[in-house]
Amino acid sequence: MTRIGVVTFPGSLDDHDAARAVTLAGATPVPLWHAAHDLEKVDAVILPGGFSYGDYLRCGAIARFSPIMTEVIAAADRGLPVLGICNGFQVLCESHLLPGALIRNDVRTFVCRDQALRVESRDTVWTCAMAEAQEITIVLKNGEGGYIADAETLARLEGENQVVFRYLGHNPNGSMNDIAGITNARGNVVGLMPHPEHNMEELTGPSLDGRLFFDSLLAFVAAAT
Amino acid sequence: MVDTVENAFATPDAQQPWSELGLKAEEYASIRAILGRRPTGCELAMYSVMWSEHCSYKSSKVHLRRFGVLEPHTPRGPLLAGIGQQAGVVDVGNGLAVTFKIESHNHPSYVEPYQGAATGIGGIVRDIIAMGARPIAVMDPLRFGPLDAPDTARVLPGVVAGVGGYGNCLGLPNVGGEVIFDPTYYGNPLVNALCVGVLNHDGMYTNAATGVGNKVILFGSATGGDGIGGASILASETFDADGPAKRPSVQVGDPFMEKLLIEACLELFDADLIVGIQDFGAAGISCATSEMAAAGDGGMHVDLDLVVLRDPTLSPEEILMSESQERMMAVVTPENVDAFMAICAKWDVLATVIGEVIDGDRLIIDYHGERVVDVDPRTVADDGPVYQRPLARPSWIDALNADGAENLPRPASGDELGDQVLALAGSPNLCDKSWIADQYDRYVRGNTVLAQPEDSGLIRLDEETGLGIALSTDNNPRFCLLNPYLGAQLALGESYRNVATTGAEPVAITDCLNFGSPEDPDVMWQFQESIMGLVDGCQALGTPVTGGNVSFYNQTDGTNIHPTPVVGMLGVIDDVADRIPMGFAHPGDAVVLLGETKEELSGSSWADVVHGHLGGMPPAPNLDAERALGRVLIAASKARLLSSAHDLADGGLSQALVESALRKNLGVALTLPDGDPAVALFSESAARVLVSVSGEHYLAFAALCGEHGVPMERLGEVVADPVIEVRGQFMLDLADIRARWEAPIRDAMGAH
Repeated sequence: MTRIGVVTFPGSLDDHDAARAVTLAGATPVPLWHAAHDLEKVDAVILPGGFSYGDYLRCGAIARFSPIMTEVIAAADRGLPVLGICNGFQVLCESHLLPGALIRNDVRTFVCRDQALRVESRDTVWTCAMAEAQEITIVLKNGEGGYIADAETLARLEGENQVVFRYLGHNPNGSMNDIAGITNARGNVVGLMPHPEHNMEELTGPSLDGRLFFDSLLAFVAAAT
Repeated sequence: MVDTVENAFATPDAQQPWSELGLKAEEYASIRAILGRRPTGCELAMYSVMWSEHCSYKSSKVHLRRFGVLEPHTPRGPLLAGIGQQAGVVDVGNGLAVTFKIESHNHPSYVEPYQGAATGIGGIVRDIIAMGARPIAVMDPLRFGPLDAPDTARVLPGVVAGVGGYGNCLGLPNVGGEVIFDPTYYGNPLVNALCVGVLNHDGMYTNAATGVGNKVILFGSATGGDGIGGASILASETFDADGPAKRPSVQVGDPFMEKLLIEACLELFDADLIVGIQDFGAAGISCATSEMAAAGDGGMHVDLDLVVLRDPTLSPEEILMSESQERMMAVVTPENVDAFMAICAKWDVLATVIGEVIDGDRLIIDYHGERVVDVDPRTVADDGPVYQRPLARPSWIDALNADGAENLPRPASGDELGDQVLALAGSPNLCDKSWIADQYDRYVRGNTVLAQPEDSGLIRLDEETGLGIALSTDNNPRFCLLNPYLGAQLALGESYRNVATTGAEPVAITDCLNFGSPEDPDVMWQFQESIMGLVDGCQALGTPVTGGNVSFYNQTDGTNIHPTPVVGMLGVIDDVADRIPMGFAHPGDAVVLLGETKEELSGSSWADVVHGHLGGMPPAPNLDAERALGRVLIAASKARLLSSAHDLADGGLSQALVESALRKNLGVALTLPDGDPAVALFSESAARVLVSVSGEHYLAFAALCGEHGVPMERLGEVVADPVIEVRGQFMLDLADIRARWEAPIRDAMGAH
């Protein structure tokens, strides 16, 4: 069975939810501890939401230097699928696995809402089971979700199909180009502010669209082996 | 120089700052009598904080004893812990127990809204951890001055950001609460916080420091100068015209440390390394040492100089009084100390052995080898002063009760009726609260089945069976001013109804009793009446009081707040998949009103919004009817008969129709019952719920209502058109209602 690692940093909050989502998707969750150097032979890694290290200094800035991230960065460079959700997206940017940065929401408040997104690229490990331009609803909840990058980076992301998700309707946090999620050039590392792990069950989420992320990964892993 | 016990004997007449620390002359005399000498500076500090109103309940104790007549039994079985414990514990079946409690953090939240509210959440969460539970959700009943008042623009966003900033960072979903505006809360906002946790039903901990030789460990944050006398002094005095001069008294929170503390504690519980545990709330080390020793079977010795400090200049008195947040105290057997320290180290939680349980019955505290405290801990923790405050039925209440809203002019036409429906929907107390609720994470932990604005917050406990709990907090302060006995019962009835409306069985309550100055006989009368209302009401409903909190001195410049006994009701649902949401769901469903509507307009939202009026007698509570209604709703939930159910409360049928329709943007077409349409729409009679039911289930549901004697009236049906049509009266577009409903808080907060 596909083994998906879920990293717990001090202050991670949605690690529990991400592990449950992995189980619901039919894969095996493997807890990974921030202070360890061992990825335990997982097939993919999720960096979950939360406030790692209390968001001190900058969101994700301290987590980036944790022992486990040394391994995640090296493995991602070799092609290991990595999904960064919310704080995990911030960690990916701080780790330079993804370009740009996340800043305080332009509305100056934490925002929790059921967010409509448009799938802009299915050319990644985590979105290959989605349809191009598909509209999905995923829970968004963050205080620092405004995506920024310099003009050159933004042009490259747009030009090379690395924008994966865009906010539909009202832009909830002032992200440039309504960007909700991006990928690296190889398509194995995806970061997004919304939380797919909260969209796995009818009872507890506004949609089942989170399952598409796992369907994608499992299809990719099956094809690769 | 440190004031030692020896020194206290040597200088019996030394002047001491007892008055500055909030003690009365007779209280100081009583401390001297207990000790047989003058207290040392440290002892004076301990007694002063522990005998404050906030910690000692000295004005409320004689009244709170009335709760003792309630059987410690819920409809689901015996209470595992009740009043007097750090939080009540209810057995919910499947080997699980639930602990929940509500507390106030009113005064600090006025002085410094963000930190006041944040540490309010932090404090109540630690109470829940201390029972051995994993915290799983929070709720926040809030009261502010008028929405358009200048200071509300400072207090409200700060409080909301503080509740969110702390709770979100802990990973606890916020699943409900209330937001109410009233002029009496101007200068005295109420910030109440409820936390609920889950534990194995044999996994409960107490705060007893037992076992001579066991070690006393302080863990969590280092101790600083913040919050010295914060809750204990700040919450025990009235604000005066000089305004908030006590800013440094407000505690400062670090939710990241608290999150680590939660995870560390849960691992410590799992590894069975703890004998007794207590959280640090008001009065810090003074409280933890004296209460744990008082609850134990021996004495306690502490070396105060071992406490790790954030600020090395703190005096021993200040160390004892500091209310620095995110700290806990545990009693641990000597052989388990290393394992305890290892788990704390894993989570980067500072932990220090500062003392041990000793023979005898003294609490002894040394500071650099000198004895600074030598007391019987029970005299500090349990034997504080008890006051029988004078109380008197207010002279103004008869005139107030005589001025009923039933005499106010009613709308003269259908159009005017429709305008009033719109006016209510767009009033601050009934409008959309999502600007607030959307600043809270309601999804984290993945078990939130219902959250605000639904009637109750519903949380799944067990993924296998679907076992879950529901919680609602309620209080209508206007009713409580008109009649505090009935007002308290109306709050109780409403919270009972809200829980049942989502399909859960109400089992027990926690209460947060927010009142004005206890030195005002009118306020003490309101307090006593409210408690009697709750006691009689709980007896009628079979729901015990598991604990709670009293907040007095909610008074600014001589104006007391309305009496505000907030009730938090816990319910249990066997399978959360049976829950009933509030919104109309299917066009064609019948829309049915359950319960009896009387001409009860006094204290109503209609009287307030349309006429700016507050007078008369509140609606009559009918707890037997609430129970019957509850039985119908719970049975209907199990049989999946209902498409939606929504409680009628503030704004009556008018607002229930608006909220049920807006939720999924489905309309409703109905005919009002015979009689005055204003009464039908705006009366706030208790024990009523609006439901929608499909044709397939209508007869079965009608039979169920008949069986339980619950009156039902079919008003009309859900329609696909986004309108509210009251036949023969008016037709309103949902888009227009929504625009009015969404505007007030967003506009006031300058949101887009």
